[in-house]
Amino acid sequence: MSDFILETTGLTKSFGGFVAVKDVNLQVERGTIHALIGPNGAGKTTFFNLLTKFLKPTSGQILFNGQDMTGWEAAEIANHGIVRSFQISAVFPHLTALENVRLALQKRLNVSYQFWRSNKILSSLDEEAVARLDQVGLKGFAHLKAVELPYGRKRALEIATTLGLEPELMLLDEPTQGMGAEDVGQVSDLIKSVSAGRTIIMVEHNLGVVAKLADRITVLNRGEVLAEGVYEEVSKNPAVMEAYMGVKAEEADA
Amino acid sequence: MNNTLDEVAEFSDSGQQKSDSRSRMAQGLLFVILTIAVLVAPFFLYPVFVMQLLCFALFALAFNLLIGFTGLLSFGHAAFFGGAAYFAGHMIKVWGFPPLLGLILAALGAGVLGLVIGSLAIRRQGIYFAMITLALAQIVYFFALQLPFTGGENGLQGIPRGHLLGVIDLNDPLAMYYFVAAIFMAGFLIIYRIIHSPFGQVLQAVRENEPRALSLGYNVDRFKLMAFVMSATLAGLAGATKALVFQFASLTDAHWQMSGEVILMTLLGGMGTIFGPIVGAVTIVTLQHELSSIGSWVQVVIGATFVVAVLLFRRGIIGELARILRLPSL
Repeated sequence: MSDFILETTGLTKSFGGFVAVKDVNLQVERGTIHALIGPNGAGKTTFFNLLTKFLKPTSGQILFNGQDMTGWEAAEIANHGIVRSFQISAVFPHLTALENVRLALQKRLNVSYQFWRSNKILSSLDEEAVARLDQVGLKGFAHLKAVELPYGRKRALEIATTLGLEPELMLLDEPTQGMGAEDVGQVSDLIKSVSAGRTIIMVEHNLGVVAKLADRITVLNRGEVLAEGVYEEVSKNPAVMEAYMGVKAEEADA
Repeated sequence: MNNTLDEVAEFSDSGQQKSDSRSRMAQGLLFVILTIAVLVAPFFLYPVFVMQLLCFALFALAFNLLIGFTGLLSFGHAAFFGGAAYFAGHMIKVWGFPPLLGLILAALGAGVLGLVIGSLAIRRQGIYFAMITLALAQIVYFFALQLPFTGGENGLQGIPRGHLLGVIDLNDPLAMYYFVAAIFMAGFLIIYRIIHSPFGQVLQAVRENEPRALSLGYNVDRFKLMAFVMSATLAGLAGATKALVFQFASLTDAHWQMSGEVILMTLLGGMGTIFGPIVGAVTIVTLQHELSSIGSWVQVVIGATFVVAVLLFRRGIIGELARILRLPSL
């Protein structure tokens, strides 16, 4: 019995006549960091949106811990331990860092529909929220609005919030996108440190980050799986070099 | 580079905590001023005018719960304001319900209307949401125009104020005034509590970043619908109370212009602030009242006020005040 936390079989999504994701069979092993890479328009984000139920698949199946999750709702998956992040840093900009993290912790109190109670009951979560902020190096920022944080810190806040739900599976959509070298280093260290005891699937463009973090890599091209394996294998695969690196090199030249 | 930014951020973090407590003090002070103003107003101003102010202020507060704290722009709130005015009028005048019961049932009726309109509208976002609320509110308007019990163009006239709890004669202007004042204060406190509840915290998360709230496992549509129904109910309470004050429910209350006016009041006072809608409603209603002699030019003045507000102080009167005083919320 293999220990796959997530499996897709024949996952397909088409928009009208355009097939964005075509018959993808993916297996993600528990406790690993699994990276999805591929040139622009390869269908990575669409595939990601299928996994997180932001889109409904045209056909195919998604299994989470052996359970069919194809028909779940987007709000439901968090309750099963799957939490995603977004390409553009997903924080609540005009709430404080503390409130951001507390929104994740608040779920376990089961009071979120109670409009007649004072929000003072949420302050019982403050201590843990501060500890979670501390974990990602944001201790001194608790009472600052998220919008005022530097860019890399917003990512850290987002990760702290996600960790507040204690997810089994974290889905990170381009976590280092748009960051300077220093922030990239900080954020990838952070991802490494929070990966202990959980599984991470990430879409990432920065191959340095992928090489450093990913245990296994799946390369998508035109909606299909082109190659899969560890970094050394994948990076030497001629099909990948042509489809992915080729495009990349041209982009770099341009 | 990042370290300097961090230092700046950490420095302002401690400042932020101080301004949070200053913010609470300022809110407390404003609440005391509001309470005193509401209590003494009828001795300085014409009570019916102040009651009108209070009804519109409550209407704007209810609207602000949606636009300011949930991020939903409804362009159909007149349906709840006007609809409840007709409900209350009919129940009190024709069915002989006591005033308090009539108002409460009318508000709940507006809530049911809100449930119907809201559950259709929240499926869409942004401008489409606004369009659907407008279209459905127009249907309510045509019901108000065509149904036999509404009195059509004449409106529903001669609603008796009756006796509160069978004892207090509401035809006495002061008794009526304090009844309306109590409804207003209750509405204000209910809204304040909703905003400052665990539920209100999630509403603000939905306003700030809906996909993220969804990915944290919040059923965003349900939160939006609940907020919509609450806002509709309280807008209905305001409309029903206004009908009792003027003993009259009219088509104006349900007309789309009313939906526009409440948007104006909220934006002018400051959306997403606690006291802003009151200031906005008082400003607009006072302008309409003071300038009634110039006829339809009032609309021009109000339009110009709105343009100035949008260009010069986009946060609204209270929003700008909070910014100047460096308070996070007011």
